[in-house]
Amino acid sequence: MGTKEINISIKEIETEIGNIKDLRFSVGRLAQETWDEPQGPTPFPSMTALRNWDLTLLNRYKPFYLPFCDLCCLCTFGKCDLTGDKKGACGITMPGQQSRIVLLAACIGAATHTSHARELVTHLIEEFGSDTRLDPGGLNIKVEAPITRLVCGMKPETLGDLETVLDYSEQQITSLLACTHTGQEGNPLDLESKVLHTGMIDHLSMEVADIAQVSAYDLPKADPNAPLVDIGFGSVDTTKPVILVIGHNVPPSVEIMDYMQDNELTGDIEVTGICCTGIDMTRYSPKAKIIGPISWQIRYIRSGIPDIIVVDEQCIRTDVLDEARVLKIPVIATSGKNCLGLTDRTGDPPDEIIDDLVSGTIDGALILDPEKVGVVAVKTAMEIAPRRKKDKKGIFLSHEEAIELAKQCTQCRECRRACPNDMHISDAIKAFSREDPAMLAEIYDSCVGCIRCESACSEEIPIHSLIVAAGEDTLRNEAFRLRAGRGAIQDIEIRQVGGPIVLGEIPGIVAFVGCANYPKGGNELAEMAIEFANRRFITCTSGCAAMTIGMYKNEDGKSPYEIYPGNFEAGAIVNVGSCVSNAHISGAAVKIASIFARRNLRGNYAEIADYVYNRVGAVGVAWGAMSQKAASIAAGFWRLGIPVIVGPHGTKYRRMLLGRADHDEDWYVEDARTNEKVYVGPVPEHLFISVETKEEAMVMIAKLSMRPNDTSRGRALKLTHYIDLHRRLLGSMPTDIHRFVRMEADIPITMKEDIVAILQEKDWKETVIPDPTLIPKKEVVQ
Amino acid sequence: MTQDAWLTAEVAGPKKASLITKPEIADAMIRRAKRPVFIVGSIAAEIDLEEKKLIDYVIAMAKRCKIQVVATGNTNNEFLKRGFTPDAVMPAVDIGNRLTDHTWQGVDGKGPHDLAIFAGLPYQMAWTILSGLKNFAPNLKTISLDNVYQPNASWSFSNISIKTWIMNLEAILGNREG
Repeated sequence: MGTKEINISIKEIETEIGNIKDLRFSVGRLAQETWDEPQGPTPFPSMTALRNWDLTLLNRYKPFYLPFCDLCCLCTFGKCDLTGDKKGACGITMPGQQSRIVLLAACIGAATHTSHARELVTHLIEEFGSDTRLDPGGLNIKVEAPITRLVCGMKPETLGDLETVLDYSEQQITSLLACTHTGQEGNPLDLESKVLHTGMIDHLSMEVADIAQVSAYDLPKADPNAPLVDIGFGSVDTTKPVILVIGHNVPPSVEIMDYMQDNELTGDIEVTGICCTGIDMTRYSPKAKIIGPISWQIRYIRSGIPDIIVVDEQCIRTDVLDEARVLKIPVIATSGKNCLGLTDRTGDPPDEIIDDLVSGTIDGALILDPEKVGVVAVKTAMEIAPRRKKDKKGIFLSHEEAIELAKQCTQCRECRRACPNDMHISDAIKAFSREDPAMLAEIYDSCVGCIRCESACSEEIPIHSLIVAAGEDTLRNEAFRLRAGRGAIQDIEIRQVGGPIVLGEIPGIVAFVGCANYPKGGNELAEMAIEFANRRFITCTSGCAAMTIGMYKNEDGKSPYEIYPGNFEAGAIVNVGSCVSNAHISGAAVKIASIFARRNLRGNYAEIADYVYNRVGAVGVAWGAMSQKAASIAAGFWRLGIPVIVGPHGTKYRRMLLGRADHDEDWYVEDARTNEKVYVGPVPEHLFISVETKEEAMVMIAKLSMRPNDTSRGRALKLTHYIDLHRRLLGSMPTDIHRFVRMEADIPITMKEDIVAILQEKDWKETVIPDPTLIPKKEVVQ
Repeated sequence: MTQDAWLTAEVAGPKKASLITKPEIADAMIRRAKRPVFIVGSIAAEIDLEEKKLIDYVIAMAKRCKIQVVATGNTNNEFLKRGFTPDAVMPAVDIGNRLTDHTWQGVDGKGPHDLAIFAGLPYQMAWTILSGLKNFAPNLKTISLDNVYQPNASWSFSNISIKTWIMNLEAILGNREG
């Protein structure tokens, strides 16, 4: 769609009704329609437009609440004790309060991505013009924005068109947030419906952000062969000036790299990134380097290697300035959302700011002009680096220093009690003080870098630095290869895999996404990705999870990205990019409905979600999910009927969406061919579930990839994976096989004897494979 | 002995677990229960209690008191290695969810459980699931048999040493005076 704003101004006009002076009016935007697909029933849906679909899902997957707090403290009536069946002063119940907090979290996440997208689009329009064509995949992509087409019923063609999408997102998030006010929505399921709406908006805004930056910055355009880039602490050439960028919003980093390019400095400076800015920097220039996910912030800053730190937005430690100040590393804040208390120097000449930063007159500066950030960061790094490298500032402790500090430990165990993973830190420190670093080095592998242990220590021992000292060899050898984020999935790739996925012959799409709050370190995530790539799932990833998968080596010293292809095909490991690139994973599921099944996307959300839910065996895994953004990303997958598995910390999101396999009545669909109700078994059994261990997660992935539409061949393949993993990792045959076998042809041939015995014991009866839908025919708008 | 949550920030609300100050309390709760169920997490097979692991005590108690056992995570493997077959294998949140349903007929289908005994789950996972049960399973009592205080259980040990823990577990088993 092309859009134009119409503004008319008339100084003076004489008409039959009189003389009119200074008349001005504007028509906002006029759509120039270039898309002939018929409009569906819910373009730009209000927050209740898809409520029926939501309630259909929520009727199957009822919330199981896990209150993380028994109280409500959001208004001055409170605190209110909501324990059991008590109500708050406003009348809210515990289930209502939990759903309300989930909605708040999802709103925070969606607002963050939407604000990110808005800043990005505004900046790119200023730089490149609003008529800049969207081009997320060149000739390989015709469905350029599947989520936007689906939700908004519009086909964006230019950067300017994306503003209309963001207007809608912002309006919806404001209304959704308003629902959490005291005395507003209190019904738990209505609140949950709004959570799903928030998630859908989140994916919409993520799509906007990524197709805008891919188009304008010429990031890899749906490129399965995007370059391999360096990741890891050990990949940095510390003899050069080093810039560290942390966050998610890439324009300041782009300006840094552009300035270096324009001034022929590219080979002279190391530009390194942590978190999604790191990922997006390498999409812009493969010469940039990623240090690691969010948990690497403290260890990298404390190494003293960065000569300057530039922060943009999201997932940045709020004490970054304190940490940097210790080592006299200047900090530049670049986002109005994260000013760090620094003086706004946006209007000052670059050389003045540089002088102040280099001389140490100021700790840092707020610069809200990305271009100026580029100049200041590069020049400051170059000026300051020789002095810093000579001083060798950094608090990597020597072995002797670390042991002396370890000896100060009183074994009070407060560090362990502060550790989110309950790691045996004080025992490890005790062993370390006796010259045995093994236990502390093991903790390095699992440490999430939160430094709560240090805050808890009464002796003020820099515990994290001790952990890093014990794991220093590991840290210094962290040098891996990661395939830069490819962006969207090509239409041709969808055509090739659409059939096998829908028929179940590719066993599933598994997406490893989200943050790095892992229960036992990142290797578990890489091992899961490798397992499912070997099982010929289409394995997708993004953000911190994508980095973590890259920070793993096999016996030959190769990372998964060097072994597995980046195509959207069975047996691949597909890095789509940063957090906002998650929209390409949900977008791929939507494109299967559009490109393979030729369903109308336009403003047709419920029908497409029903298609995805019943046919596309996709599963999301957010093993280290930590943030509110992770909550809204998950919610966007749920509304499309895609289940999400989280690690053990995920119960702290306060509620699960669980199916009841033992309630047969929950698992009927309508057969679109006959209009009859057909039992299809608990597929997928859960919509949101936290599991305890990597082994349990892998079994759950295989289980949740089953769908009602699977052909017998496909179901047999999926059952093979489920049973094989259950046997190998949990030690026995699963006891629920009878719920997934619909007819004898579903039984994997190599397991026939065992399964037939179970079916006989369970009094199993054959059923049919329907053309499944949860939406009664009369509700489907053709 | 303290009544603080083991992870210091995990402060509960107004309703907190009563302390198991002596093993007879837990023993009496288990003996009094008509339909107890054990929920056993993956850490049960990791925790060393001198010559045994926590899971060995669980097996002994389950056998002695005829308690149904649900293995969560990948704990089933560890049970099977010890020649013990749990009554069910399912995710911890799945069993937690079913326990909030007063119509659910239990692991063996013979009636709702009236006591859930938790052991060996990651601390915060047990914390949140027990919170769900505290709020939404009014007819169910819960016990945490870990050596750390779980404020959302009905009954929990305080934060006790391994040595004290072993003494308590042995006493519950009736092998030693409490």
